[in-house]
Amino acid sequence: MNALALDRRGIWSLLRLDPWLLLLLMLLMGTGLVVLYSATENDLGTVWRQVVRLGVGVFAMLVLAQLPPNFLRQWAPGIYALAVGLLIVVALIGVGEGAQRWLDLGVIRFQPSEAMKLALPLMVSAHLARRPLPPSVPDLALCLALIAVPVALIQSQPDLGTSILVGLSGLCILFLAGLGWRIILGLGALALAALPVLWWVMHDYQRNRVLTFLDPERDPLGAGWNIIQSKIAVGSGGLGGKGWTQGSQSHLEFLPEPHTDFIFAVLAEEFGFIGVLGVLSLYGLIILRGFYLASRCRDSFGRLLAGAMMFMFFVYLLVNVGMVSGLLPVVGVPLPLVSYGGTSAATLLAGLGLLMGLHSRRRFMG
Amino acid sequence: MTTSISRQRIRDEAAEQRLTQRRFRVLILLVVAALLALGARFAFLQLGAHEQYAARADDNRIGLRALAPNRGLILDRRGRVLAENRPAYRLVVVPERARSLSATIDRLAALVPISERERERFEAQRARSRAFESVILKSSLTEEEVGRLAVERHHLRGVEIEPYLQRYYPHAESVAHVVGYVGRIDQNDLRRLDAERYRGVTHIGKTGVEQRFESTLHGFPGLERVETNAQGRVLRVLERQVPQPGRDLVLTIDIDLQRAAIESLGDQAGAIVMLDIDTGESLALVSHPGFDPNTFVHGIAQDDYDALLRNPRRPLFNRFLFGGYEPGSTVKPFLALAGLEHGVITPETQVFSSGVFRLPGHGREYRDWRREGHGWVDLELALAESVNVYFYELAVALGIDRISRELALFGFGRETGLDLPGEGQGVLPTRSWKRARFGQPWYPGETVITGIGQGFTVVTPLQLAHATAALAGRGRTAIPSLNGPGESVQMVVHDDWIWEAVFQGMAAVMHGSTGTARAVADRVDTQLAGKTGTAQVFGRPADNDEEEEREQDELPRHLRNHALFVGFAPLEAPTIAVSVVVEHGGGGASVAAPVAAELIARAQALGY
Repeated sequence: MNALALDRRGIWSLLRLDPWLLLLLMLLMGTGLVVLYSATENDLGTVWRQVVRLGVGVFAMLVLAQLPPNFLRQWAPGIYALAVGLLIVVALIGVGEGAQRWLDLGVIRFQPSEAMKLALPLMVSAHLARRPLPPSVPDLALCLALIAVPVALIQSQPDLGTSILVGLSGLCILFLAGLGWRIILGLGALALAALPVLWWVMHDYQRNRVLTFLDPERDPLGAGWNIIQSKIAVGSGGLGGKGWTQGSQSHLEFLPEPHTDFIFAVLAEEFGFIGVLGVLSLYGLIILRGFYLASRCRDSFGRLLAGAMMFMFFVYLLVNVGMVSGLLPVVGVPLPLVSYGGTSAATLLAGLGLLMGLHSRRRFMG
Repeated sequence: MTTSISRQRIRDEAAEQRLTQRRFRVLILLVVAALLALGARFAFLQLGAHEQYAARADDNRIGLRALAPNRGLILDRRGRVLAENRPAYRLVVVPERARSLSATIDRLAALVPISERERERFEAQRARSRAFESVILKSSLTEEEVGRLAVERHHLRGVEIEPYLQRYYPHAESVAHVVGYVGRIDQNDLRRLDAERYRGVTHIGKTGVEQRFESTLHGFPGLERVETNAQGRVLRVLERQVPQPGRDLVLTIDIDLQRAAIESLGDQAGAIVMLDIDTGESLALVSHPGFDPNTFVHGIAQDDYDALLRNPRRPLFNRFLFGGYEPGSTVKPFLALAGLEHGVITPETQVFSSGVFRLPGHGREYRDWRREGHGWVDLELALAESVNVYFYELAVALGIDRISRELALFGFGRETGLDLPGEGQGVLPTRSWKRARFGQPWYPGETVITGIGQGFTVVTPLQLAHATAALAGRGRTAIPSLNGPGESVQMVVHDDWIWEAVFQGMAAVMHGSTGTARAVADRVDTQLAGKTGTAQVFGRPADNDEEEEREQDELPRHLRNHALFVGFAPLEAPTIAVSVVVEHGGGGASVAAPVAAELIARAQALGY
C-alpha cells in the first residue's frame, strides 16, 4: 500500500503534505517578507529573523502532519485539559505588560492561549466524532461549555483577538458538524441579546476600541489615530500604489505598528489596489484549497478538525484586513503568515500541518 | 451489538460526509462573500476615495512653514547700529503632535521655568493658530536651558527648540524714546494687521521709530513647504519661497550727540532737542531718564513694569515728544517779533522797569525778577536781561489775538510733524480756546502773563526747538524729521531788520555784559543766540524768574521750577537749533543754558 501511494503521490505523500497548498503558502510567505522589508525601514536583520521563525513554523507543520489521527483523538482530552490548566496558571502567575498572557519558563516565554487555538478544536472535534452527527443536544451543550471555559479565561487576560479566534473556531466545528439551522438561528438571536452582557464583560480599553471603531474621529489623536492613519495609508495607495518602500504613511511613522498588525496597510499603500487584489486572491486560493482538502478527509473527526484549522486561518485574515480597512474594530490580530512574529505563524502552520496530515490519510481507509 | 453499531457507523459515515460537505459549501460561500466584501472595501478606499485620502496623506506629510523676514536694522546718521537682530533660541510646541498638551507643558515646566504669563500667552496663541502650527512657549532660552531641553527632547513629542532672531538695542536707554521697541503681537495688533504679511512673525513695532516705520522695517515673510514625519520633525524642504527682509533705516540722530546730551543732563530729568535748521533733521532727541527697551522685547515682568510706572522720575514718559511745559521767558523773542511787525515797538523803544507793573485800574502787581527793576531798557537789553515789565507792556499793547497769531505761525499749539507716533500739541491760548475750555471770556491780566510765557501756554520741547529753528532760519525751516531731510516750510515772514533786531537781543543774552546766559558763552567758539526761561511748577505769583534761583535752591527738588533754554548757532549763519528743559532744575540761566552750550560745542566739534 505504501509503495502504491509512493507511486501515485511521490515525495508529498511520504511527507503527508499537499504540494499545491504548500506552494501557495510559500508564495504568501515570500510576498510577506518583501512587504516586511519595507515595513521595517529596510531592516534585513528583522527579515532574516522572520525567515527563521517561519522556518520553525514550517518545521512544526511538518511534525504535526505526521501525527496519526487516532493518536490525536486519544490525546485530545489530555491536551485540552493541559491547555486549560496552563491558562489558569497564567491567570495566577502570568507575566505581561498590561495584559497577563505569558508564562515565563526561564528560557522562553510561552503563551498558553496559542496552544488553545489547537487544543480546543482538537477537543471539540474529537468529542463530536465519538457519536453520529449531527450532535445531540446534551453533546452540544457540553461542547458549548468546552468552548466557553477557555474563551472566558483568555478574555480575562485580557486578549479579545485570541478569544474571538478560539471561540469562532469552536463554533465553526459545531456548524460543520451539522448543527441544525434552527439552533443556529436561536444561538444567533441569543448572541444578539447577549451583546449588552458582552459590553459589560469587556475591559475599558476594549470598549474604547469599539466606540472608536464606530466613530474614529471622536479621538483622532488618541484611540482613533490608528484607524484614521491606516485608512489614509490604504486610500492614498490608489490603484498602483506608491511603490515598494515609498509609502509616506508607512515610512514617516504615521502608520502605527507597520510591521505587525498594520502590515496590510503598508502593502495597500505601496502596491495599491492591484497588490491588495493579488494578495487577497492568494489568501482566497489558500483557504479554498484548505477547505477542499478538509472536506475530503477520511472521517468526520478529520473534516471537523481540518475545517476548523482553515476557518481559523480565514478569521485571522478577515479580522486583520477588516481592521486595517476600517471595517472592523481594532483587535490585535496579525495578518496570517505575513505580520512579523513567530507565535501566530507557528500556530497557523501547525494547524495547516494537522490539516494536511489528516487529509493525507484518507486513502489508507479502504 | 458490535455488528449493528459498526453497520450503523458505516451508514452514518456516508450521511455525515454529505452533511459536512454541505456545510463546507456554505463556509466556502461565506469566505468568498467575505473576500469579495473586502475587495469592494479596498476598491472604495483605493479607487473611489483615493483622491481624498491621497490629499490627507499629503496633509500629513507636507507642512507649510512660514519664514519670518529679518527686520531691518535701525542705524544712526553715521551708520552705527541702534537696533539689530541677535540669534537666540525659543521653545515651541506643535499642539497636534503632542499627545497630551497639558502633560507636555507640565513636563517642560519641570525643565525650564515657565511663568503663568507665558502659559497664558501660549494658550492665546494656540487658540488662533492651526493645530499643526508651532506655538511659542518660551523665548530667550539661556544656553543652560537649551542644553537641558535638548537632552529630554526625544521623549517629548511635538516639542522643538527653534533658533530665531531677537531684536536687540545696543544703546539701550540712550535712544529708547526715539527708537522705541518691538513687542509681541497682541489682540489689538491682530485686528488691524494683514495676516499674510505677518505669517510666522511674532513681534511688531510698539513705540517710537519701530512703530512709525513698521512697514519699512518689517519686510515680507517667505513660505516653505516641508515634509515632516508623524512627530512633526522636518525631514526635507520641498519648496522654498525666501522671505524679503525689511529695509534698514538710517535715522538722522547722531548717537554721539545723543549720548553727550544725556551726559550733560547728568542725573537731572529733562528733555533736549537739537534740530538742523535747514533740513529739520533731528540730531538729538533726548528724554531723560530713559528705560531699557530690551526688557520689553519679550514682555517685561509685571513687577518691573510696575516699578517703571511708579518711578517718580517717570522713565517711560517721552518728555521731548509730549511733555508739556510752560515756555517761560523763552517765549519773549516771539513776542518781540510780533511787536516789531505790528509797529507796537521799534528796536529803540525804551521802557522803564521799576520792578513792578500794574494794569491801569487794577490793583494787582506784576513783578520783575529784579526787585529794584532794570531802569530804562530797549529791546536788546530787555531780551538780554529778560526784563518782564518790558514784555508785560508789549503784551498788553499787542493784545492776546496778535500774540496768539504770531505764536501759531511758529507752530505752537499743534504737532510739528516729526515722524514719531503720539506727538503732543501743547496749548496755544486764544480767546476762543478759553471760551471752549473754561466757558469764560479772556481777561486782560491773562494777556500780561502770556507776555512772559506763563498762564495757559504749554509747549513741548520739540515745539520749542522747531519754533527756534524757524526763528533762526528767518521764518524758513523744515518739518522735524528722523529719516532724511524734512519738508521745507516757510512758516513766518518778517522783514530782515525785524529778525536782526531779535537776533541781536538773543546774542546779547549770551554775549552781552548783562546777558542772563553770559556765563556759558565762552564754552562755545562761535557766537550764539539764545534765551533762557523758567517755568513755574509750584503755584506762585506770575512774576518769578531768574531772581528766585536762590530761593529755589531751598525748595524740595520736586517743587523747584523747570529750567528752559532755546538757542541757535552760529549767530551769523545758523545751522542748528536747540531746546533744553531741565525738570526742577531751578533757573534756565544757571542750569539749562550750560547744558545747551556744552551740546552746541559738541555739535560744532562734530561738524554740524
